[in-house]
Amino acid sequence: MLKARVIPCLDVKDGRVVKGVNFVDLKDAGDPVECAKAYDAAGADELCFLDITASHENRDTIFDVVRRTAEECFMPVTVGGGVRTTDNIRDLLKAGADKVSINTAAVTRREFIREAAEKFGSQCIVASVDAKRVSSEDEAPKWEIFTHGGRTPTGIDAIEYAQEVVDLGAGEILLTSMDRDGTKIGFDIDLTRKIADMISVPVIASGGVGTLDHLVEGVRDGHATAVLAASIFHFGEFSIGEAKQHMVDAGIPMRMDATR
Amino acid sequence: MSIAIIDYGSGNLCSAAKAFERAADMIGLNADVKVTSDPDDVIKAHHVVLPGVGAFADCRSGLAAVDGMTEALSETVLKQGKPFFGICVGMQLLASHGLEHGSTDGLDWISGDVVAMEPQDSSLKIPHMGWNTITQTNEHPVWEGIPTGADGLHAYFVHSFHFLPQDPSQILATCDYGQTVTAMVGRDNIIGTQFHPEKSQKLGLALISNFLKWIPS
Repeated sequence: MLKARVIPCLDVKDGRVVKGVNFVDLKDAGDPVECAKAYDAAGADELCFLDITASHENRDTIFDVVRRTAEECFMPVTVGGGVRTTDNIRDLLKAGADKVSINTAAVTRREFIREAAEKFGSQCIVASVDAKRVSSEDEAPKWEIFTHGGRTPTGIDAIEYAQEVVDLGAGEILLTSMDRDGTKIGFDIDLTRKIADMISVPVIASGGVGTLDHLVEGVRDGHATAVLAASIFHFGEFSIGEAKQHMVDAGIPMRMDATR
Repeated sequence: MSIAIIDYGSGNLCSAAKAFERAADMIGLNADVKVTSDPDDVIKAHHVVLPGVGAFADCRSGLAAVDGMTEALSETVLKQGKPFFGICVGMQLLASHGLEHGSTDGLDWISGDVVAMEPQDSSLKIPHMGWNTITQTNEHPVWEGIPTGADGLHAYFVHSFHFLPQDPSQILATCDYGQTVTAMVGRDNIIGTQFHPEKSQKLGLALISNFLKWIPS
């Protein structure tokens, strides 16, 4: 049977992990490849690198990170951040990425999803949906797409957008609640369930994880097939193994190969 | 020993190459892994790997577009009987036809069609994406020492279509996803997996190691 996935996400800037990673026995906690190896050994189901490199000149460093990771980790790797052209995608896949996540470029020009999916297959095109609740408490819930890390509103309805990118060929949705990101109060379950129940492709829930129960809620209540988190793993609050065991204890089938 | 990984413009060849290198290391084999679009390399290789991601028709035309490659594959695999490993769409191409966006002829090395998955449970997502357990349906040396079944190791899948061979004895393994899904096919010196061994950590590396040790009878 298919298992739910736990995906740690590493923010990479100019080839180094930012936000800090606090693993025991890690030679260089700033090296994304060292972190990737630690997560691989711990039983992470996939890895996600988010390239937040500020300057165009430093884009090449992410290729090096992906290449070195692919030499060490035999698991799926997704790379997001700054993916704007089909050449960007080809370069990342060539370096060893399995999937790329597309955000702003698709919000600006939806057809980019179609072009990317036609060229590389839907299986490697993840559409990143950054949504923020724009309705007030007493209104029917409504979410809007935001870009630039949640700073720029677009006026686009998040639910409609998710359906649209799937129709254009996205093979997976990475759904981030901008309200919850960094809050540690849990996923936006209403939003996650609405989108997961509506679209045909898998949804990765993201934004707001502070406890292991939040991971359970994302799958059980939000109907996501994967959960993504950063800080709870980076700062050593919980290990991947603890997270997965907690989900198993809550009745969610998980892959526990790492402990074998 | 030389391993040819065929480059026909499809797929993540870097990770496939790295996984074969690592798997060879694990069993102390000195392997020369070559990602190549040169039919001569395929003729000279001891083992041949056909990866592939994306749509069936695109992969089929991509393979056909490499001058002399289909002939080299027939010569090495069908005539000389060298061990062959198809991965994902590279495995699906073994079929007679692929029924993704119309019907496309495959290599027809294993009779049968590649059809859309139709899980009984409508809440199950397509593509079938993630880690699933494997059920061996016919014994094969490449599974030696690898725990399978509900409590066994997991393999990583990403696909919307799967291969239904006409002869059930050519299905070597299945998985369950609201229906029985073909996970591995094979006959004689040929095997192919729907899942990605290069992305399947322990199970994948062990399977590739076994493939490299395998001497088809």
